[in-house]
Amino acid sequence: MFDLDRWREIFQSISKNKLRSALSGFTVAFAILLFTLLFGIGNGLQNTFKNEFAKDAMNSIYIWSNYTTKAYKGNQIGRRIQFKNDDFTFLKENFGDKIQTISPRIQRSEDVVYKDEKDRYTVRGVYPEYYVLESAKVTEGRFLNYRDINEKAKVVVIGRMVEKDLFGQLSAFGKQIKMGGIIYKVIGVFSDPGGDSDERFIYTPFSTMQRLYGNNDYLDEFGITYNPNLSIDAAIAFGVKMQRALKKKHNVSPNDQRGIGLNNYASGNKEVSGMMFGLSILILIIGFGTLIAGIVGISNIMVYIVKERTKELGIRKAVGATPKAIVAMIMQEAMFITAISGYVGLLIGVGILEIAGPSLEKFFILNPGVSQPVVIGATIILILAGMIAGYLPAKKAARIKPVVALNAD
Amino acid sequence: MIRIEKLHKSYPIGKDSLHVLKGIDLHIKEGEFVSIMGSSGSGKSTLLNIVGLLDEHDEGDYFLNGQLIKNLNEKKAAILRNKFLGFVFQSFNLISYKTALENVALPLYYKGINRKDRLKIALEYLDKVGLKAWANHLPNELSGGQKQRVAIARALVTKPKVVLADEPTGALDSTTTDSVMDLLKDINDEGMTVFVITHEEEVAEQTKRIVRLKDGIIISDELTKPAKAV
Ligand SMILES: Nc1ncnc2c1ncn2[C@@H]1O[C@H](COP(=O)(O)OP(=O)(O)OP(=O)(O)O)[C@@H](O)[C@H]1O
Ligand SMILES: [Mg+2]
Repeated sequence: MFDLDRWREIFQSISKNKLRSALSGFTVAFAILLFTLLFGIGNGLQNTFKNEFAKDAMNSIYIWSNYTTKAYKGNQIGRRIQFKNDDFTFLKENFGDKIQTISPRIQRSEDVVYKDEKDRYTVRGVYPEYYVLESAKVTEGRFLNYRDINEKAKVVVIGRMVEKDLFGQLSAFGKQIKMGGIIYKVIGVFSDPGGDSDERFIYTPFSTMQRLYGNNDYLDEFGITYNPNLSIDAAIAFGVKMQRALKKKHNVSPNDQRGIGLNNYASGNKEVSGMMFGLSILILIIGFGTLIAGIVGISNIMVYIVKERTKELGIRKAVGATPKAIVAMIMQEAMFITAISGYVGLLIGVGILEIAGPSLEKFFILNPGVSQPVVIGATIILILAGMIAGYLPAKKAARIKPVVALNAD
Repeated sequence: MIRIEKLHKSYPIGKDSLHVLKGIDLHIKEGEFVSIMGSSGSGKSTLLNIVGLLDEHDEGDYFLNGQLIKNLNEKKAAILRNKFLGFVFQSFNLISYKTALENVALPLYYKGINRKDRLKIALEYLDKVGLKAWANHLPNELSGGQKQRVAIARALVTKPKVVLADEPTGALDSTTTDSVMDLLKDINDEGMTVFVITHEEEVAEQTKRIVRLKDGIIISDELTKPAKAV
């Protein structure tokens, strides 16, 4: 119900009692300002973490082989374990249900030449699925596909820095480069959130590389992304299981940590998500703490305001104000002041975050800010707070006997 | 209009209680102009506050306009006050941040009358007390007599049956006292019941009936000789 007359009463009472209104408004605005800043900074910290891990797919597992460090089943120590194509099949057949994507990888360092420019880069022979693992973005052309694999095509997808080094301002797309004396066609250029070093890779079909470097079925390592539906603990267990299976297959001691190595991002995720969870809880506690402090502050001020207004309320009662009218007036006033000043605090807070945001990056605070739902939630809480803060003193004021109120000053 | 029988009132003071009104019987008919006199502390204000529904009595019966006042909740009291009673206080009791006009219009706000009508009616009453020109002044820009006239306009604006005034001239000098008393006489002439507390014999003389209170009981209750017959 919108009662213009009541609003007029309230506006008058607010504007004619500026100090009082400013006092309560300031408390609320300050609490919300703090809330916004803390929340924003907390979000900034979280963003930093998220960003740090978004450089590669969060659900990656890498598996590689090495020299054994333990003798096992009659095998000498220091034996070189070599993955082959049948390991690829083995993993796909035995763990297919938990694997989202899998790609074998061969990696070499190679001199790469375009016209007069020449430099040394890491060349990786991979499957098309590898694209997912690096969270790379193709900016021109395309990534490898299965036709390239089947045809053992001499094509490459190069990183942005490779293009920049070799081609300068020109586009590399469709040009031909020479690697190890063989000519390849550039079919795509990618950028990678991992930064410059991740953008100095060159990708070529796994089959092409296997054929041209040794003409055997050897491979260096596997890049896997696990099924994202797996919980972090399940994903860690899954990694351990794969590692154990491969060790068994290659007669590596189960206790040998080097013969077959594994890096499961899930372990890192576990720490990070634990940390993020802790951080969110902390932010929540601090946020609610400031809000509650704000509510307590405004409640105290309301008590003071009602006390100060006792005589006025007595006059209003003498001329016919019902207790309900008194309660409604005080509560509406409190709600109005809390909502408006809370909103002002919010705007100031968002403004400060906006301005100070960029210079906070060195403190691991990235893009600090509050999201729409938080803003709406805080506003609702504020209005509720105004109601709570106004209600008790209003109720008390409405109960004071008119004689007593009139004699107050 | 007002009928009080064996009315008692005590105030609790710590563990003890102070017996202020000790069996008051008083009957005021519609259209009367009554003053109450008595020494300080004799219970005049207490009586008036009970009559004005600003306070509650302990024992005895009180009928206002034929209605028994008993266990009244605050809401009903507020509505009755708004409907039947107008108040004038010694210390004026105007709301300091409201103009004279807004102060006069306030009872109409609680009566639920819209703003336009409210201000129009309030202005008529300000005019009646001779303060139309001061309508938009705040109370602290008015003299004591002017403030009291604003308060009287406020008391009248709802056309109450009874106007209750607790020492309305107590804070005024003799000239302004006269102008306030003239106003009250005019109101009474229009048929309104007026009930005034005063310390001053000259003020009481101007009413039609004087009730004297001492230590919580009525010691005398007599009509004044009609002033100069006109
Ligand atoms: N709220 C209260 N609590 C306790 N005692 C009170 C209260 N109000 C009044 N009294 C006491 O009751 C007695 C009567 O007070 P009351 O105000 O009715 O006197 P009065 O006749 O109006 O006096 P005055 O001429 O000074 O205004 C006084 O002794 C006073 O101290
Ligand atoms: Mg008194």
